[in-house]
Amino acid sequence: MGAITQATAVLDRQGLAALVAALVAGGRTVVGPTVRDGAVVLAELTSAEDLPFGWGVELDAGRYRLTPREDGAAFAHSAGPQSWKAFLHPQREQLWSARRGPDGVPTFTETQPESRTYAFLGVRPCDLRAIAIQDRVLAGRPPRALDSARAGATPFPDRGYRQRRRGALLIAAECTEPGATCFCVSASGGPAADGGFDLALTEVVDDDGHRFFVRVGSEEGARLLDGVPHRSADLTTESVARGAVDAAREHMGRSLPPLDLRALMGESLAADRWDGIASRCLTCANCTMVCPTCFCTTTEEVTDLTGDHTERWQHWDSCFDLDFSLLHGGPVRASTRSRYRQWLTHKLSTWHDQFGSGGCVGCGRCITWCPAGIDITEEVAALAAERDAAADDQHTAHDDGSAHHDRGPQP
Amino acid sequence: MTTELSVVAPPAPAVRHAEPRLPVPYRVIARWPETPDTVTLRLDPVAEALADFVPGQFAMVHCFGRGEIPVSVSSIPTTGGLAHTVRGVGAVSEGLCAARVGDVLGLRGPYGTGWELERALGQDVVVVAGGIGLAPLRPLIRDAVAEPRRHGRVNVLIGARTPDDLLSKYETRRWATAYTGVTVDRPADGWSGEVGLVTRLLDRARFDPPRSWAFVCGPEPMIRATARDLVHRGVSGDRVRVSLERNMRCATATCGHCQLGPVLLCRDGPVVGWDRAEPWLSVREL
Ligand SMILES: Cc1cc2nc3c(=O)[nH]c(=O)nc-3n(C[C@H](O)[C@H](O)[C@H](O)COP(=O)(O)OP(=O)(O)OC[C@H]3O[C@@H](n4cnc5c(N)ncnc54)[C@H](O)[C@@H]3O)c2cc1C
Ligand code: SF4
Ligand code: SF4
Repeated sequence: MGAITQATAVLDRQGLAALVAALVAGGRTVVGPTVRDGAVVLAELTSAEDLPFGWGVELDAGRYRLTPREDGAAFAHSAGPQSWKAFLHPQREQLWSARRGPDGVPTFTETQPESRTYAFLGVRPCDLRAIAIQDRVLAGRPPRALDSARAGATPFPDRGYRQRRRGALLIAAECTEPGATCFCVSASGGPAADGGFDLALTEVVDDDGHRFFVRVGSEEGARLLDGVPHRSADLTTESVARGAVDAAREHMGRSLPPLDLRALMGESLAADRWDGIASRCLTCANCTMVCPTCFCTTTEEVTDLTGDHTERWQHWDSCFDLDFSLLHGGPVRASTRSRYRQWLTHKLSTWHDQFGSGGCVGCGRCITWCPAGIDITEEVAALAAERDAAADDQHTAHDDGSAHHDRGPQP
Repeated sequence: MTTELSVVAPPAPAVRHAEPRLPVPYRVIARWPETPDTVTLRLDPVAEALADFVPGQFAMVHCFGRGEIPVSVSSIPTTGGLAHTVRGVGAVSEGLCAARVGDVLGLRGPYGTGWELERALGQDVVVVAGGIGLAPLRPLIRDAVAEPRRHGRVNVLIGARTPDDLLSKYETRRWATAYTGVTVDRPADGWSGEVGLVTRLLDRARFDPPRSWAFVCGPEPMIRATARDLVHRGVSGDRVRVSLERNMRCATATCGHCQLGPVLLCRDGPVVGWDRAEPWLSVREL
């Protein structure tokens, strides 16, 4: 992808349909939102008709509901249960297989990664950032013209991810109606796509019709746009589109406290709040499965009956799983408290040290899909309150000359 | 606190950079039992070899049909190949211990940081090993005693649960050090040596703390106690190098399992400075 250009255009619904048709005709697997089983899921689209025209969602902690919309908008829903990692970093993937010959010597053969050429349609700005974050973790470096910072670049990238990511074309859909669990703005993002896309659409539905304001983000995006009927952007469409995205910034359903979260997490390792969370958390791992940045995997060995053929598979794993931290002698993180702490501390703090950016983009999925309704924005606020209360206590204690409270180990 | 564990530059990639997860066949050319549950395997490449290992680094060792586990290099013969010393504690490690001469295993690596003995040039060296922890330290000790003029006094302190659990018993005696101490937690009949924690041997070791480097590997409580003791005696925390263990599935910094706070132990470790590890090893269940 070349540098982001300033080029803009307007597509109507026919133009969007032509865009999808052009991608399909070009041999790409087009993935985008569609309604299935009572949710907006991401699945292969055969035409633009599969998009969730006329559907919105109502979200809350532990709650997700589809709602019909009068205006027929296609991108007026927020993040659903899946994210694009399901395609770029699939749930299960074979890494290699091996066969043992008559002489007992195994031959190891790398399994060619499933290499479809994807086009992702309707990528939310939060999910664009999530993809950029997974790029750093799994592709070792930004594969195209994404962020150039390289702290902690992984020396041995995930080949399958890298291959699929390289070929993928990203068409963003900017947010005009954030959901009640969204908090991208306070997770240093926003409802506008600020890079890393080939095309960015902003949906506009008003008296002038149903249309999409388009920003071009790459040469490939420009070529694609050239091939479908579009018109040049008029000022009204552009200002309505940009205005709606700007307004969305003010309508975030939730927010993280405006604090140095890295410091907060580092200072909260011994907090009591973790016990409170542990009393509610079911360690079901839903939050890690739906999170667009969570990348952890484990491996397993599958042998056939002869015992001479074996396959090495990689599949998603979760830090909420007891076996995740298993060492000879038992798990390092046995308590629920320690597992939730690991998850949140990694997201908001140690991810920076490991990969040069944070690990949360504020998409709100973990809040929506937590069966216990655990809300990370609320938990962070509670941790901050606990820290502040402890600091106040210490001051008071010192003022009256008595001993201060021992808050446990504080690295 | 700002989480201030800087990311150490990763070592040069292995030969098979294009296929980072694919094991390379290595043949067992010699095998000797070290203790009732620990075996050393001397391995040579069947064809293509991995890049050179440095002491402290590890390989992912594959046992056909069972899986692969991280194992440190326990010897780096000048004639090529390498050795691993494996303690059988579960499916994969027991499978490796059962390997016979002539069997072929799969190896990939080298991974992780090394001990970096070369940083201790002209300084006293204190090596402290607990149990299987001697395995990753063995190539370092051999280097240290092979060229005595490069360092000050070299000390080797070894602890094990019982006399039966001591590795390298014969080699240990031959090492020309300023001090070699061996202690066990539980003596058996005929044991006339030391009894007690390995940290007790520090009183006998001959080193000048401000001019010393220490290299420590063993069970985590032992590492913690030893490193704290060394720092208390005046060795600088960043010169106490410890090798840590966490679950590892990929060794390529992509599986997320080997996190210790800000560190990915397969990439930024397993050998890290105690000054950096200490805050995170002091919190339970981190
Ligand atoms: C950097 C490093 C170097 C090591 N060097 C040596 C060495 O030189 N000699 C030696 O004997 N041991 C060494 N170990 C420990 C060795 O890797 C574990 O004992 C081994 O993984 C246990 O696996 P298992 O299947 O035999 O045992 P089990 O206890 O049956 O393991 C059960 C499950 O937990 C997993 N598991 C347990 N511990 C680990 C672990 N540390 N990493 C990944 N998975 C784990 C296994 O894969 C398995 O699926 C080292 C570990 C690390 C991280
Ligand atoms: S932690 Fe929650 S809000 Fe943040 S990116 Fe993951 S799922 Fe989204
Ligand atoms: S926080 Fe919620 S979604 Fe995550 S493991 Fe706990 S109960 Fe499951």
